[in-house]
Amino acid sequence: MSSAEIKYIDKPHPLTGVTNAKLGIWLFLASEVMLFGALFSAYVLLRVGATSWPRGSDELNVPLATLNTIVLITSSVTMVMSWASLKLDNFGKFRRYMGMTIALSLAFLVIKTFEYTPKFSHYEVFLNDKTSVRGHLGEKHEDHILFTPDPEKDGEHAGVHPEEMRIERSDIRRLTNFGPRHSNFFALYFTLTGLHGLHIIGGIVVNTWLMFPGSAMWKTQRERFTGRVECAGLYWHFVDLVWIFLFPLLYLL
Amino acid sequence: MSGEHDHELGFWRKYVFSIDHKVIGIQYTITALLFLLFGFTLMMVMRFQLAYPGTEIPFLAKIFGEGNMPGGLMLPEFYNQLGAMHGTIMVFLGVVPLAVGGFGNYVMPLQIGAPDMAFPRLNMASYWVYFLGGVIMLGSFFLPSGAAQSGWTSYPPLSNINPGQTAWLFGMVFLITSSLLGSVNFIVTIIQLRAEGLTFFRLPFFVWAQLVTAFLLLLAFPPLEAAGVLQLMDRLAGTSFFMPSGLVVSNQVLDIAGEGNPLLWQHLFWFLAHPEVYVLILPAMGIVAEILANNTRKPLWGYRSLVYATIFLGFMSFIVWAHHMFMTGMGTTMSAFFQTTTMIISVPSVIILTAMVISLWGASIRYTVPMLFAIAFLPMFAIGGLTGLPLGLTASDIHLHDTYYVIGHFHFVVAPGTLMALFGGIYYWFPKVTGRLMNNMLGKLHFWGTLIFMNVVFMPMFLQGMHSVSRRLYDQTVYEHGKDVQDLTIASSWGAWCLGIAQIPFIINFFASIFAGKKVGSNPWDATTLEWAAPSPPPHGNFETEPVVYRGPYEYSPPEDPTGFSPQNKAPA
Repeated sequence: MSSAEIKYIDKPHPLTGVTNAKLGIWLFLASEVMLFGALFSAYVLLRVGATSWPRGSDELNVPLATLNTIVLITSSVTMVMSWASLKLDNFGKFRRYMGMTIALSLAFLVIKTFEYTPKFSHYEVFLNDKTSVRGHLGEKHEDHILFTPDPEKDGEHAGVHPEEMRIERSDIRRLTNFGPRHSNFFALYFTLTGLHGLHIIGGIVVNTWLMFPGSAMWKTQRERFTGRVECAGLYWHFVDLVWIFLFPLLYLL
Repeated sequence: MSGEHDHELGFWRKYVFSIDHKVIGIQYTITALLFLLFGFTLMMVMRFQLAYPGTEIPFLAKIFGEGNMPGGLMLPEFYNQLGAMHGTIMVFLGVVPLAVGGFGNYVMPLQIGAPDMAFPRLNMASYWVYFLGGVIMLGSFFLPSGAAQSGWTSYPPLSNINPGQTAWLFGMVFLITSSLLGSVNFIVTIIQLRAEGLTFFRLPFFVWAQLVTAFLLLLAFPPLEAAGVLQLMDRLAGTSFFMPSGLVVSNQVLDIAGEGNPLLWQHLFWFLAHPEVYVLILPAMGIVAEILANNTRKPLWGYRSLVYATIFLGFMSFIVWAHHMFMTGMGTTMSAFFQTTTMIISVPSVIILTAMVISLWGASIRYTVPMLFAIAFLPMFAIGGLTGLPLGLTASDIHLHDTYYVIGHFHFVVAPGTLMALFGGIYYWFPKVTGRLMNNMLGKLHFWGTLIFMNVVFMPMFLQGMHSVSRRLYDQTVYEHGKDVQDLTIASSWGAWCLGIAQIPFIINFFASIFAGKKVGSNPWDATTLEWAAPSPPPHGNFETEPVVYRGPYEYSPPEDPTGFSPQNKAPA
């Protein structure tokens, strides 16, 4: 027999008061703070240097995002409940709450998809006379495009659907949909929410693993399994917190 | 984790997909050494173009392809690829994986008396993610677009337009992930798994250096990852994070939104890349401290000052990054701030170096091969550090920025500095890893060849730089002022090729000593730190009995101990 096992896997270190995994996840979250911190700084720098910046609420769907905020906060609550259920030795309840967490995170992604999709079929034409028209793209031809402008939001023609119009290619400076290439605002919107979405998917993978195959550990090493769920929870709260910052930054400011 | 399991593991689990920190450390070491050799080879090819521009070497056309070197004449695009990849490979695939992944992985858990790293599987993952990143970087040479060619700093808008950059960015994402996993593992291991009695101020200085390094990697790399994501978006999704308005490429206005900021990349890049400098140097200082204390046979002078200086250095390294950007027109207030912090950060570096030099004072030094490398590290690193001061002050930086002077400066820090220390570390810990000593004669040959030719390579660069030769020139003789110092370029190139020859004794020594080196016991250097308390090579799980620590790391020549040294685990009488 050579030496000992690795210590403090399930019991906390007497001096630091944490297990290895818990210290590890906190360090990982520290690096995540730096990752999103860098992206938030990029937002500030680009916005400060911009000649104009749109109001988030004019461009993005605030009601859907509000709904998503509620969904995500609720999922954080169910995540805590699933961990607490393990602490109370109730494995059945753990599974139920974990299932709810996963369902809510999937709901978040579905709602996000409803937010993303229309942006890619909605276009803006920048004309050579420095004006621009927003609307939906019809047929594209060699020398011109057909374009249906959006109805005006206010004024005397509010709500009236305009006719499809013809725009000469020679008048067009730039034609783009409202995807990442539209402007720095949308570039930041898609990059930040996209990266956040990847974190959500990561959380779903980990949580699903903990709910099904990973939970076999509950039978043999209860404390260690509970610790794992706690770490997944810390990560999940962080992902939630990032959204709490993203929501006002992108949608409201 | 018990010894019995050793026999159950097959070849693949034992040597390839191992979770033993020692095997992973060896994997890192071998891979990183190969990358160092490869990156150095790229440079030796470039040095030919620099020394004899326009000269054809037909056989190179066969190696690198007619597309890159038609008739053996290097194309400028290919020169740029070699330059960018030399920097990237040396920093991200060579020196850091060797210093942190190799030495850190192998030595650190032994020095703290731990059976393994805190997360052995994660440790394996970080090696294989690093390996994949390396494969992507190397593979990019064979893509139709070629490898990246915008320098290792990858400044946009050029890097946004140049081919080959996408593969570089994907490679970097893997390397960043690897070092992130590694740094979490290192910090947790050092904080949680120290042996009984091994308080923080009884840690060997090498462990301190690794701890601070891990924090730098943990916190400085994510901003580069963010920058990489933004550049990938620019290249793949048509955004313009780093693209200014109205950019014209090949006489065409780009179809982009514009209003991006190329300086944003520089800020995010240097936010990583300045701490990265200390990631390169701190483990080297740690190695030198171990070797110095062992071969001077007396305690390291000013151990606590070293530790405090290292922590302060780590902290300060986060607020000096913009001294790389004085020429971007950032304003006098900003540059005043960054000049001040740059001057402040030189203080802890000088404290560390001074403490090491004073450690030599009055010692009866054993001139072993590792000690030769450690002693040589001191003046070489000092040259590298001191030549950095003029770059940290705007008045002199205006003249020297982006010239060969800069190349000379940071190569003196990394090559005759860090690499010397890493070589010393290999000679020092080789008996622990293999149970055999490396050959003394070949070691000395390697040492003198390396020391002399490194200086021949890099010294002329200071003069060239002061003569205003710009650093990324494909052929400096197109300028009159470049022609004036072309002789220095030729000298430097010959130095590089001779330096390559000087590595042959090392390569022979390394492989031959594994099988034919002189067998030694577990503590051939009469050292005090815990790794020497384990058998050589240490078995899976490291120690026969869990070590208990009773004293500080460098109790050499204590008056009460007739053996001349008191290992950390030696119980008080």
